[in-house]
Amino acid sequence: MSGLLWGAMSVIRKDLLAEGRAGEVLTVTIPFGALALLFFPLSINTDLAVIRQIGPGIFWAVVLLFGILVTLRATAADPPQCRDLLLLSGVEPASIFLGRTAAGTLLLLVFELVLAPVMVVFYSPEGIAGWPWLFVVAGLVAIGLAALGTLAATLSTGLPSRSAIAPLLVAPLAAPILLAATETTDLLRTGQGIIRWILLLVAMDLALIIAGMLVAGPLEESMQ
Amino acid sequence: MILKDLDLVVEASEIVAVRGPNGSGKTTLLRLISTLLAPTRGSAHILGVDAADRQAVLGCRHRIALVGHVPALWPELTLAENISVLPNLRPLGAGPIAEALKTVGLAKAADRRADRASLGMQRRVEFARIRLNLPDVLLLDEAHAGLDAGAAALVEDTARLVQSNGGSVIVVSHEVARMQGALSRVLDLVDGRLEAAS
Repeated sequence: MSGLLWGAMSVIRKDLLAEGRAGEVLTVTIPFGALALLFFPLSINTDLAVIRQIGPGIFWAVVLLFGILVTLRATAADPPQCRDLLLLSGVEPASIFLGRTAAGTLLLLVFELVLAPVMVVFYSPEGIAGWPWLFVVAGLVAIGLAALGTLAATLSTGLPSRSAIAPLLVAPLAAPILLAATETTDLLRTGQGIIRWILLLVAMDLALIIAGMLVAGPLEESMQ
Repeated sequence: MILKDLDLVVEASEIVAVRGPNGSGKTTLLRLISTLLAPTRGSAHILGVDAADRQAVLGCRHRIALVGHVPALWPELTLAENISVLPNLRPLGAGPIAEALKTVGLAKAADRRADRASLGMQRRVEFARIRLNLPDVLLLDEAHAGLDAGAAALVEDTARLVQSNGGSVIVVSHEVARMQGALSRVLDLVDGRLEAAS
């Protein structure tokens, strides 16, 4: 177990160092995500009632679409010879999956935290009751998307049409995550219970992480 | 099937060179020995572990080092970080890593990004890694590629270091003559089979 976590920590460090140098999330994805949130109210003629009604859905749709980009880019970063090096350094494929998912989760959390104020300003200026729950939802969405992105990136590694196939793999499985996140935010605004949607997010996250760890070894073998 | 009827036993402290034309299966052979590839037929035992037992090979991989013909460096990381991110080298800390980089002539380039380093410098980083954690099996694929005459001595020097530590070395190179003095045997890979060089 400690070997699994030690290997995962190395992958997290490597991915975050690489992102720190490349800065793609901070300098490219976040500004584009903020612009997408800004353009939606403009495109529906600043009708405040409609904007507030569709705000959570738009926010989570933007997080989902740009989040997929974040995780796919982060997990595509390893050249084949570096993958071999990690394996020969004693890092298990399951560790690589866990590490990439954790690094992707951290990047997505930054993305969500930067976009959240933009969402509040444009879509819910009066604020959202029970907003501390949004941190829980944001964390669960980030874990789910990161696990899904890592799994899809691993499945499509080496394929010539990788960049086209990976998002297609992610989109259907991301739908329940998007639905649960949107419903939770909506229900929080009206003061209703959210526990079943939180449970759905937890179940999705666990299922994706377990599936990813189980298939990581066979997938790595099939890529050789 | 690129390799067939191939029989190879490498003892501890041996340095074996394998020659062969392009596409003859030299890289496939090294990847089989590294356990990254599993044999589709026949059997392979590396460090006493059956390569077909994919769970068991996970436990011995950290004792094997493979230097491929493309350097295994993450382009955005510095040369020093490319060593320190590896879980089996991280506990060493910055001091030994700086010392290893100095040994391979990269003392002043530790903070240079890998994608801004020359091929020769990237190659040297790989040898610095090996020196920090001497493997039981060292596999060198086109080991002299990208190295100038002075730096090419690093290949032989590192191979001898692994040998003196009781490890085995298998070198694939078109320039076997450059380390002739260190070799225990030279083998030719012809039509998927290994033959002693004449």
